[in-house]
Amino acid sequence: MSLRSNPVASLNDDIGPNIRLELYRLQVEIRDCEKRAYDLFLQNMIKGTSHLSLGQEAIAAGFGVAMKKGDKSFCTYRGHAHTLARGVPMEAMLGELMLRDIGLMRGKGGSMHLTSVEHGVMGSYAIIGAHLPIACGSAWRAQYLGEKDVSVCFFGDGTTNIGAFHEALNFAVIWKLPVVFVCENNLYMEYTLNADVTAVPSPAGDRASAYGLPKIVIDGNDADVVYRTAMAAIEKARNGEGPSLIECLTYRHSGHSRADPGKYRPPGELERWLEKDPLKIYKQRLAEFNVDAAQVAAIEVESKRKVEVATELCKASPSAPVELLTADVYADGGWAWRN
Amino acid sequence: MAELSYRDAVIRGISQEMRRDKNVVFLGEDIGAAGGVFKATVGLFEEFGPLRVRDTPISEQAILGAAMGAAMTGLRPIAEIMFSDFIAVCFDYIANEMPKIAYMTNGQVKCPLVIRTGNGAGVRFGAQHSQSVENWTMMIPGLKVVAPSSPVDVIGLMAAAIRDNNPVIFHEHKALYATKGEVPDGEIIDTLGTAKILRAGTDCTILALALMVPRALEAAEILAREHGINAEVVDVRSLVPLDTQTILGSVAKTGRLFTVEENPRLLGWGAEIASIVADEGFWDLDGPIVRITTPHIPLPAADHLEDLALPNAARIVDKIRRVMNG
Ligand SMILES: Cc1ncc(C[n+]2csc(CCOP(=O)(O)OP(=O)(O)O)c2C)c(N)n1
Ligand SMILES: [Mg+2]
Repeated sequence: MSLRSNPVASLNDDIGPNIRLELYRLQVEIRDCEKRAYDLFLQNMIKGTSHLSLGQEAIAAGFGVAMKKGDKSFCTYRGHAHTLARGVPMEAMLGELMLRDIGLMRGKGGSMHLTSVEHGVMGSYAIIGAHLPIACGSAWRAQYLGEKDVSVCFFGDGTTNIGAFHEALNFAVIWKLPVVFVCENNLYMEYTLNADVTAVPSPAGDRASAYGLPKIVIDGNDADVVYRTAMAAIEKARNGEGPSLIECLTYRHSGHSRADPGKYRPPGELERWLEKDPLKIYKQRLAEFNVDAAQVAAIEVESKRKVEVATELCKASPSAPVELLTADVYADGGWAWRN
Repeated sequence: MAELSYRDAVIRGISQEMRRDKNVVFLGEDIGAAGGVFKATVGLFEEFGPLRVRDTPISEQAILGAAMGAAMTGLRPIAEIMFSDFIAVCFDYIANEMPKIAYMTNGQVKCPLVIRTGNGAGVRFGAQHSQSVENWTMMIPGLKVVAPSSPVDVIGLMAAAIRDNNPVIFHEHKALYATKGEVPDGEIIDTLGTAKILRAGTDCTILALALMVPRALEAAEILAREHGINAEVVDVRSLVPLDTQTILGSVAKTGRLFTVEENPRLLGWGAEIASIVADEGFWDLDGPIVRITTPHIPLPAADHLEDLALPNAARIVDKIRRVMNG
């Protein structure tokens, strides 16, 4: 599989104009939505916490476009982007961040647990590494029942140092499961440079060989590269040829969570990565390929409009009814633990 | 009717359900061709094949995580955690993941699975392979927790656990695997959340679970024979849901309550029941509620020390006799 470089030659290559516009649309919408989430946080309209994917949009978009209906996403607390990328409406995502009734889980889960089964978003998990084995289980079900969907599991560079990562990789390989592990290497765990606490330079890539997998490290800020890599890995999984581990190099423009100013970052680092902003890269690409500028502009205008509409819907939404407090503790919908 | 061991009852319960529903799958360490370290899964691999009875690496997190992912998307997995002490290695799934997913997702996701695990002492395995950890799991909202004491209950509660749409922790007692009991022919299905009165009595109620049940029954016979105390013995069977009606009903009849618990004393399951009875059955009580438990110590390996730690019939008799005649 191709590494790093972007081998595209023309608009009418294997990706083509329609998919490129879709990749751009998703990146723009995720960017605008994440910025709005940040604003709402500063206005104290998002309580609790939130973890933005500003700067990491190309990964969510590339995989979101490559995945088919029925494929399953397993995300982390940094999961807004992946949730939107599977087609979840903005108001359902933002509404959950605002803990309103309109939210995906009516406020019961909050920003770290975004889930929409109808869109294939099988949960966002806030205990580091927990969802890698869970994604294996979903892939095992597909394999056992002969279903053709692929499970895709997103996580960060810091996650490669927890045991569940290693258990899941070994498990997926020995059972040849239709699962794709996607490491978004944004260099940092919370406030610590992951390289300072990791034995190898490529946290995921350099571990792949321990599980008999090829090392795949790609430019995670180029949606074309992500999309191509995703397509290949998903096809491999769907064909019964087993799992992949993909490390996507990227950077988060904002802090780890909430209003973290990211003071631990050396001067100039953010600026260098802003030069490689995925949206900037992609807009340039569309221009180079002479994609109709009006269509590009229309995507940007429409995205802003959608964010405004979603924000208004969320602000107008009430809190969920108090009956939800004790609902769905058990599968019968209730919370009875005794008679 | 046939006599069956507790160990063979595990096999019969699982195979009954696997024959009925192809979505029931089973995974764990050494469960397949090897037949399980306690020989409680012998024959399943041969009958259901390597795709339904899957041997795993020593990866407790992967075992429970995979069971959960499969359960969330349509299967009904049974996962074996060989010794219940090992639950500590994969506690994230038991404490944070499985029991919370339905709630956090506002009911979008269900997690119908069974974790069966070898619990309890009596086999001289020492502090890390002998614990009674039913109280670790009892305290977590979203889980169900059962611990059968007889072969027929193993089959019926196993079937009920597999058919239940929640994560169920199924504590099998290691020291009971070799014990035997009468089991009817044909399909057996029981109900979670039901206690069973095993010996009717009028003077006091003894609640017990798993290995403590035969010991409580033995104690009751001695109390009747030698001390004129007619004890009612209730097998709690299911900690969550908890059959408080049967318990409160028995206390209303006898006026005295004793719990016999293998878990170490602090926050053992009997503490919760004592609190419920103190709240709701206080005026039925003729004396204090007394808990008979393993002390707040790790378990020793030495047989004479382990025997000293766990409640046994003599200790139960002694305690009840002194309290009742005190
Ligand atoms: C088991 C566990 N340990 C620690 C944390 C606290 N924590 C939350 S996010 C995070 C950093 C994770 O880093 P990485 O995997 O690189 O993901 P990123 O946040 O960069 O997307 C940590 C340590 C946690 N949630 N779970
Ligand atoms: Mg990171």
